[in-house]
Order: sequence, then structure tokens, then C-alpha cells
Amino acid sequence: MSLIDFIRQFFADPRFQSGYDGVWQRIAEHCWYSLIAFLCAAAIGLPLAFLTGHIGRGDGPIAALAAIGRAMPSLGLIVLLAVKIGVFNFYAALIPLVALAVPPILLTTHEGLRAVDRSVVDAARGMGMRPLQILFRVEVPSALPLILSGLRTAAVQVVATTTIAAVISFGGLGRYVVDGLSQYQYYQVVGGGFLVVMLSVGTLILFSALSRVLVSPGLRRRG
Amino acid sequence: MSAMSVFDMPSYVQHSYLGLLWEQLKVSFGATAVGLVASLPIGQACARWRLLYPPVLALVTVIYSIPSLALFVFLIDYTGLTDTTIFIPLALYSLCILVPGVVDGIRTVPPDVRIAADAMGFGPVRRYVQVELPIAAPTIMAAVRVAAVSSISLMSIGAVIGNLGGFGELFTTGLKFFDLKLLWLGLFSLLALALVCDGLLRVAQRLLTPWADRRSARA
Repeated sequence: MSLIDFIRQFFADPRFQSGYDGVWQRIAEHCWYSLIAFLCAAAIGLPLAFLTGHIGRGDGPIAALAAIGRAMPSLGLIVLLAVKIGVFNFYAALIPLVALAVPPILLTTHEGLRAVDRSVVDAARGMGMRPLQILFRVEVPSALPLILSGLRTAAVQVVATTTIAAVISFGGLGRYVVDGLSQYQYYQVVGGGFLVVMLSVGTLILFSALSRVLVSPGLRRRG
Repeated sequence: MSAMSVFDMPSYVQHSYLGLLWEQLKVSFGATAVGLVASLPIGQACARWRLLYPPVLALVTVIYSIPSLALFVFLIDYTGLTDTTIFIPLALYSLCILVPGVVDGIRTVPPDVRIAADAMGFGPVRRYVQVELPIAAPTIMAAVRVAAVSSISLMSIGAVIGNLGGFGELFTTGLKFFDLKLLWLGLFSLLALALVCDGLLRVAQRLLTPWADRRSARA
């Protein structure tokens, strides 16, 4: 049997068509958890990076934080928190997801703001703009391609890691993979994997569409 | 009575500490090495034919966005519960970091230098090995460091599908037996390994390119 047969078998199984183990229920759970974690991470990462990028400080600590974020095993963090504060605790999955999403947002936003042409900023200051106006009307729009790529990396990572949260009795699409493995139902595992791929590639497409809409045409031609 | 060391594994862990370490090193470094060998020609081609780069970059970005757990489970059908199932996705993921690194590195070679090498009668192979690669080396090595560190942490997810995740096995077993000691040991081992490997690659890079500006080596 090929993978496609397994996926077909998965979608044909009435168990996954409705109810608490239904595909739509699991997709909704997955999106909901991912969205909360992503918004928390953006709420922490963006303002902080706007601040550090605008005043031009903190290159070293932010690079170090990004390096630690890359080296941090998400599975380890999730499992450790689950054992520490309880398996069914929502925060046991939320905290690692946020912790993994903050570093890429922080790093790329900071670097994007730092890479904005100084003469443009000086011109804005010369025109009498206040610091906040410079930040939101000059620096952020110029750095938007990089900022969005950081948000994209973070979002894709969150969607992928939410799958792993199923290890600690968490809902979402990872349920199919983990349950399928322990029930020796390979078609369930593959079906779950397929849905997860669809969801994360969808996230990727969403963000590239977003950058096409949001980034100023002048910047796009140059990049 | 001999004292129990932190590194002595309880009976329900199927490897010794050194066994886990070896597993971890073998798969994560092997995958990064294979990724590097593959990305050198791919990156070179993308740097030469500019039109090739955007589609290649899009492809590796899409591959990178596929969650590792999904790739692992797809491969079970073909390669079974073996190291290869973990190895192939890790090598594919490393491409997403290494190909842009190689392209950026090759692009840092000044055109004058390339022309000078041609004028000195270097053939394409000799020019690549003796001129372009050394100039691109700091940028490529920075990408190798990122790829190696992320493949160390990514590999631990392999523990979800079987005892294939190196130190990740300590996480799944630790969860099963609510053994905090194992979890901390796994977390610290992985972080320490990533730190050590990053440091060693930094040293290797300095030895390989002693002429490079130290600041350019940071990334």
C-alpha cells in the first residue's frame, strides 16, 4: 500500500469524519492553539524588537537568545513542563510554543529595523518626525519584508510544534499521529501527518500572500 | 557500594548514556554533512544561474515548513523504524539553511578576484577549490553551525515515533515514568551538545580561514 492509499483509508474511516475525533474538530483545535501561541509570541517579540531595533542596542543578547532558541529541543521543553505542572495543563503546551516562537520574531524584526538605511531615518528626522512616527511610518514599513519573514518562520514553527504537544495528551492534529502509533494504525498516523503538512504549507502560503499585499511596491521591486 | 552517577540510566531506558550520545552525534552530524555535500553544487548552480535561485529557495522553504513529525511518519512506510527515517528529513531540513548560506557565500566573492583567477590560468575546478570556496568559507561555515545546532535539537522529535531520537529518548521515557531527573538530563545534554558543537565549528572555521576578519565570522 502506498501513502496515498493510507490517506484515502484515513478519510474513509467514519471515526474521523465527525465527533470529538473528527477531522474538522482536530483542525479547529490545532488552529486555535497555534493562533493563541502565535499571538502571545508576537505580542512579546514585536514591541521588544521595535524598541531594541529603534534605539539600535542589544545585537549581542538578541543573537544569543536566537541561538538558544534554535538549540532548545521543543519536545524536551513540553515534556518537562507537563511533568512539572501537570499533563492536562494548557500552559504546559502554551509556554514552550511561545518560547520557541519569540526568538525568530525578535531576531528578524530587530535585524530588519537595524538594516533600514540610516539616511532615510535621518531624512525623516530632518522632516520633523517624532521618534514614534519614524518607527511606525519609516522604519517598520521599510523592514516589513524581514519582519513578515520572521513572523512566518514563527507561525510555521508553532503549527509544527503544536503537533508534538499531542505527546502530553493535548488535542490537535498530533493526536492522530500519537494515537495511531500507539494503536498500531498506520493509516491514522499518515492521515494525521498529511493534515499537518497541509496546515503548515497553508500557513506558509498565507504569509507569502500577506507580504504581497502589505509590502510597499517600491520595496518589492528592489528586493 | 558504588555511587549512582547521573549518567547511569535506569533499566527502562534502552541505551546507555554513551549509546544515546553516539546515536545523537551519528545521525545529526551525518545529516548535516550530507546536506552540506548536496548544497555545495546546488548553491553553486543557483549563484551562477540567477533565475534558478528563487524556485530552489521556494522549494527548500516549503520542505522546511513540513513538520518533522509528519516527514518521519511518512518515511516509516519506506525505511521502517531505522535511523534512515530520521536521517533523511534532517538532511532535507539542513538544505534550507545551507543552500542560502552557500549562495550568499559564493556571492561574496568579488568579480575582480574571479577575473584575476581566470587571467592567472586557473581552470574552473581549481578556481572553485582554491579561490571561490576559501573566500565563501566564513559565510558557509556560519550556515553550517546553524544547521548542525538545529539538527541536534530537531532529532529529539524522532523519539516520538520510536527510540530513534538520541537524547530525545530521555524525554519520552521521562514522560512515561514521570522521571524529572531524566528530563533535565536530556535537556541539559542537548543544550550542552549544541553549545560544544557550535564552539568546535567556530574553532574549525578559524583554523580553516585564519585570514578572515573575526567580525565577519559572527552570525
